[in-house]
Amino acid sequence: MTDLRLYRPRVSTWWWTRKRSYLLFVLRELSSIFIAWFVVYLLLFVRAVGQSEAAYQRFLDWASAPWVTVLNVVGLVFVLLHTVTWFNLTPQAMAVRMAGRPVPAFHIVAGQYTGLVVVSGFVIWLVTR
Amino acid sequence: MAERIGLRVSRYRPDTDSEPHWSEYEVPLRKEWTVLDGLNHVKNEIDTTLSFRWSCRMGICGSCGMNVDGEPKLSCGTFLTDYEPGPITVEPLANFPVVRDLVVDLSDFMAKLPRVKPWIIHPDDGRTVEPDVEYLQTPEELEAYKQFSMCINCMLCYSACPVYGLDPEFIGPAAIALAERYDLDSRDHGQRLRLDVLIEHEGVWGCTFVGECTRVCPKHVDPASAIQRYKLKAALQTVKAFLLPRGAR
Repeated sequence: MTDLRLYRPRVSTWWWTRKRSYLLFVLRELSSIFIAWFVVYLLLFVRAVGQSEAAYQRFLDWASAPWVTVLNVVGLVFVLLHTVTWFNLTPQAMAVRMAGRPVPAFHIVAGQYTGLVVVSGFVIWLVTR
Repeated sequence: MAERIGLRVSRYRPDTDSEPHWSEYEVPLRKEWTVLDGLNHVKNEIDTTLSFRWSCRMGICGSCGMNVDGEPKLSCGTFLTDYEPGPITVEPLANFPVVRDLVVDLSDFMAKLPRVKPWIIHPDDGRTVEPDVEYLQTPEELEAYKQFSMCINCMLCYSACPVYGLDPEFIGPAAIALAERYDLDSRDHGQRLRLDVLIEHEGVWGCTFVGECTRVCPKHVDPASAIQRYKLKAALQTVKAFLLPRGAR
């Protein structure tokens, strides 16, 4: 074979700004950091509740500091993005069959939202009862 | 409708150029003309030095893949009128080395494809299959893999995949979709052999589920789905290997 003088294009560092879908993907990947943050936040909360009333009060004071509030609001937006994007992707990852027929993608996504509503309802009931 | 439309075509001539540059052409804008028709008009009437691959003109052969306005497309199925008023940017498929103008080098894929063993593998229990015996399948068994068998190796999915662009070791969407096509075939017994290749980091785990491969696929193969299903299989295999005694896996 002849020796080819190939041109090898390089991928730009900013490749993810080129398309909306790439940007959304990178934001979705980034959202996992905020998922981790919410886990840490929840653990700190549970620990404070378990320690004493004073510790719980200290946690509340800390949690209402402006920077924590801003972080949590940004975190919530990313967690919502994480949930919606992954829920939408689930039918592609799971080929569910029932009674020999593939379950339509819409039903799988709807099932997840139903699960989310049920779990959220239980948590709300648990906290407010 | 305007009578003509501009084509802005990426040119690279390996003997004289160190990097690609643009050439601009005007072609007739006809309702039934595709980007490939435009390029053939350029080749026949304006500039005979322009190089590009094509064959069937009907979305079957998979050889005319190009980036049209930045999106990987089969140029034979992409109509000029959809890009009015133009100009339309035509580049070689991204993520591949360029041989000349719009022709890319596919040797990397050609080397990767046989690694996933995209053919029917006989059982290794000593049973031999007579060459003239028909392999029967029910319509349900055909349906199980049919979607993944529609792949025409056009490489649009590799061009759209940022993971492949950043890490050329990644075996890539089409190869994994073809592995899944044979895995789901009731006549095949090669699942274990393919899993050994795909369970590696440059196999399915390289994929971060960007999903662009599925979006650009002209044959609706859904490689992203094949990869995620494979991840599930690979994960289950790892759990089984960890929990079960050797004979039961």
